[in-house]
Amino acid sequence: MRSVLGMLLVFATVAEAQMGHDLRPALGIDAPEGYESVAASDGSGLPPGRGTVQAGREIYLTQCAACHGVDGQLRGNALVGGAGTLATASALKTVGSYWPYATTLFDYVKRAMPYGNEKTLSDSQVYAVTAYVLHLNGLLAMDAQLSAQTLVNVKMPNRDGFVRAQQP
Amino acid sequence: MHTDDTGQQGGDSAGNGLLSRRQWMQIGAGTAAAAVVAPVVAKESFGQEPWRSGSGAPPSDYGDRPSMLSLRREQISVHPFGPQAGASSTPLQLLNGTITPNALHFERHHSGIPEIDPASHKLTVHGLVARPLTFDYDALQRYPMQSRVLFLECSGNSYRNTLAGAIDETAGGLHGLISSAEWTGVPLHYLLDEAGVDASARWVIAEGADAAGMNRSVPLSFALDDAMIALYQNGEPLRRSQGFPMRLLVPGCEGNLSVKWLRSLKLLSLPAQTREETSKYTDLKLDGKATQFSLRMQAKSVITSPSGKMVLQQPGVYEVSGLAWSGNGSIRRVEVSADGGGSWADAMLQSEPGPMRAVRFRIPWRWQGQPAVLQSRAIDSAGNVQPTRAQALTNVAPGFSYHFNGIQSWRVNADGSVRNVYA
Repeated sequence: MRSVLGMLLVFATVAEAQMGHDLRPALGIDAPEGYESVAASDGSGLPPGRGTVQAGREIYLTQCAACHGVDGQLRGNALVGGAGTLATASALKTVGSYWPYATTLFDYVKRAMPYGNEKTLSDSQVYAVTAYVLHLNGLLAMDAQLSAQTLVNVKMPNRDGFVRAQQP
Repeated sequence: MHTDDTGQQGGDSAGNGLLSRRQWMQIGAGTAAAAVVAPVVAKESFGQEPWRSGSGAPPSDYGDRPSMLSLRREQISVHPFGPQAGASSTPLQLLNGTITPNALHFERHHSGIPEIDPASHKLTVHGLVARPLTFDYDALQRYPMQSRVLFLECSGNSYRNTLAGAIDETAGGLHGLISSAEWTGVPLHYLLDEAGVDASARWVIAEGADAAGMNRSVPLSFALDDAMIALYQNGEPLRRSQGFPMRLLVPGCEGNLSVKWLRSLKLLSLPAQTREETSKYTDLKLDGKATQFSLRMQAKSVITSPSGKMVLQQPGVYEVSGLAWSGNGSIRRVEVSADGGGSWADAMLQSEPGPMRAVRFRIPWRWQGQPAVLQSRAIDSAGNVQPTRAQALTNVAPGFSYHFNGIQSWRVNADGSVRNVYA
């Protein structure tokens, strides 16, 4: 009887060691009101603010053109061009030819650009630069203005170019 | 042992000199007899080594490496406009076993390595949750932790072998964006449970605190299943280059998903469609369409010895050894060929296979001084067989391949030199 109890005790100890414990301390504190981290494809997370293509041109020429070219077509870092090339032997992936959502451009510029000087543009400046890059791709008129409402309605040419891999 | 007996001779395990384990042990037993006729080293050259007298270096505060060995990561890609947005690879050909030393774990950064003060760093869980919560580094240290040995592979690993011509490179130079470590941290679902996941949530958008603010959408099912907030790597707090003070770890998935310097997790009903999951890390096909969210890394292996740029000094018995892994589960089997895929023999799996864990495989090989092509082929627990290079590149737009897992071919030339080839 004692040996059976002993074996049960050993078994219980091993099982406990393998499974660990589940005593969670619950140390999260309330996040700040209105905390935001991403501008998503459905427009959620886009901040207030607005910017014109014209204003975006000024910012682009001083803060973006050195790496992407005045016309946005600098080889290796192109933002513009490549329409109709995706199914050819020399595919060119740019914002205009490849990116499925315009909100991605806003989210990326806001978090990661200008390279080496990230997060220095105001939200309205990011709207403006986004508007100008879309204009360079023929997706916005020269006199257009962009805000959360108008950005989410921009239909990118390659919106239907993606197929999701099967997820297990 | 063999699956195809083409080209076999003399009871070998497979063609062109692959041996069985029993033969390997017999060769070992015969070595003593062979030594009788081997050249004798002059007795005077023993015992004069300078390090045998006079004190060595004092204890170091943070390790060292043998100065005679070139143990270092190789820089494999540098963006023309930003050297901080690059990658460095693990020197696979210099390592053995399965764990990658922290100092040699591969790196991929999108805007350099930040120096984060853990006292000021916070992780916020928000979006479709009942109660948005913020956790600091000290708080996470108090949660129950788990440790898991996992591989981590960049989805751009082995990209160079998708190019038109085979580059003369080392195993690490070609495939070194794969590393393995014992990761320790807090199961992600603990934090999600605490915040209270809304029934409509399907994705978790993870964001880093680096200058690039790298962000990715992770399926909620992956996040709840086995993802963790990693705080330790191989027993020590994360290195700066690996996400100190905390990173996301999504086992078996492309490395980009395991966001470093993790600062926020937002739950949404759909993916955010971030730049990294649209413009990058998508697989463009020949018809111009692209596959998105190819998250699980597929069955793959690479022979690390003999491998590219090595030179076999003389004919004789060598151990063929390498690594195999799969994001679909465990490695079930690894086969090795010495005749370019004409015949295959099962290699020994030396380390314990486990889910999302790389294994070390070994098989003895007698090189007779003739040209040979060494290949390895991984088979995982889901039954996936590693494809040939040609199979893996079927329907891939030239120059746009991520997630490449084609079989590696090393040609051993008659002079003993080993070179990367497409076979």
